Amino acid sequence: MKRHLITFWRIIQTGIVNFMRNIGLAIAAMAVMVVTLTIVLFSIITNATFTNTIAQITSKIDISVFLKDSVTSQQTNQLITQLQKLPNVSNVTYLSKAQALQQYEQQNTGNQQLVTAIGETSNPLPATVLIKPINLNQIQAIKSFLTEPNIAALQSDAPTYSGDREVAINKITHATDVLREIGIFAIVVFTLICALIIFNTIQMAIFNRRDEITIMRLLGASTSFIRGPFVVESAIYGIFSGIFSVLIIYSAFEAASNALQASALGLLNIAYANSYFDNHFFLLLGIQLMLGIVLGVVSSIIATRRYLKFKTK
Amino acid sequence: MILLDRVTKKYSRSEGEALNRITLHVEPKEFVIVVGQSGAGKTTLLRLLTCEERPTSGKIIVGGIDYDKLKDRDIPLLRRKIGVVFQDFKLLPNKTVFENIAFALEIVGASNREIKNTVPKVLSIVNLKGKENNMPRELSGGERQRVAIARAVVRQPRILVADEPTGNLDPKHAWDVIKVLEKINRYGTTVLLTTHNQEIVNKLKRRVVTIQGGKITSDRANAGYKT
Repeated sequence: MKRHLITFWRIIQTGIVNFMRNIGLAIAAMAVMVVTLTIVLFSIITNATFTNTIAQITSKIDISVFLKDSVTSQQTNQLITQLQKLPNVSNVTYLSKAQALQQYEQQNTGNQQLVTAIGETSNPLPATVLIKPINLNQIQAIKSFLTEPNIAALQSDAPTYSGDREVAINKITHATDVLREIGIFAIVVFTLICALIIFNTIQMAIFNRRDEITIMRLLGASTSFIRGPFVVESAIYGIFSGIFSVLIIYSAFEAASNALQASALGLLNIAYANSYFDNHFFLLLGIQLMLGIVLGVVSSIIATRRYLKFKTK
Repeated sequence: MILLDRVTKKYSRSEGEALNRITLHVEPKEFVIVVGQSGAGKTTLLRLLTCEERPTSGKIIVGGIDYDKLKDRDIPLLRRKIGVVFQDFKLLPNKTVFENIAFALEIVGASNREIKNTVPKVLSIVNLKGKENNMPRELSGGERQRVAIARAVVRQPRILVADEPTGNLDPKHAWDVIKVLEKINRYGTTVLLTTHNQEIVNKLKRRVVTIQGGKITSDRANAGYKT
């Protein structure tokens, strides 16, 4: 037991010493790892930001159902309950005639004439039920429910789909769906590329020192005693690369928020990306460290294997 | 201690045998010199003993271990029992002299105290006191060779195999190295030395085994050099 402990400690010590003695090789390997890990981190943040943008767009879209003045509050409540039971409905809000007027006045504060004019009439605005769908691409069920004769009878006007911008909305939701898929695809692809590049880099680093492995083998060192320090060394590469990639993104956000005043570049909302980064800092750091360490360790295990083989008949 | 029975080694089908039905028996504590020209098969013989190569046919038994029954994962255990001095030193370039020698002890899980006690003793045997913290690249050929010897003997193996340890050395240093080997032999280690240095063979007056074209052509006790 004590012997194992000594050996384990020696493996770690040797790994650290080797890391420092081969610092040139280490820097070269880590530079490559930092770049690839940064790309992965960037794609994760970008994807989250796109997802947020999409959520923002979709949250603004709802279906308005205008009720006749003759509809009783009992009928209204019944309608709301029925709507809430529909599968694709996330939220139903009721806006009474008075509230509708209030909202109308707020929306038109700049146009005093209009507000005065409407104030002189006896509130022509209908009571409204606002429906927020979960998935914008599947509002067909809601639509057909609203056009059922007994439901249609309650309505003063045909329902509007966020102010008759249905076509535009459809296009946006379609585009956002594609974007979201691209984002996830990008993360997967970049992670794979990152894995390959890191594997290659560590393989090169170990190839450079294959003679050492052969010598240790000839002296009778066990597999784990030879491989251990290489694994430790690669894990150190992973740790440093993970931290550096997070630092790079961090300073990029610092620079961006100074230069662009945290504005948005089209769909890429930098302010949101920044806050996402800040809020998930430790999760992201953890992911980067995990990725760096796991890739480093696995690569070094595979890369040392070939030089550790014995010649058998 | 070392037993080879009709051992043949062929590196590839097309080439001839590097070793052809070699039979050799070495007693414990013996000092055996293997001579022969380059390409005669001396190095192949040693590579078979350390299990770097497996024989094409024949039987090898060293220190009671039958190589036919030796599994891959037990090869390290075998190698820990045999001290080897390689023709090209095979020092670890990223370790100091001290660490190179200590490494042989670390492999067998020796304690730090053991290492601290043993390594300086071995360094003084090979006259390398004061070079502990040098890197191999900072040493001369003779010094490197002595580090390699120190590393081979630090575990006090029962068998020491030295492949042309004097090959790259001037006569004075070569003789220093041989004296170290003799000293180790006196402590009870079986030594197998390959060389083509005539002077050393003549001075040593030990058992000489001559290999030519992969075959043992002579095996004489207290012999001089003759090819």
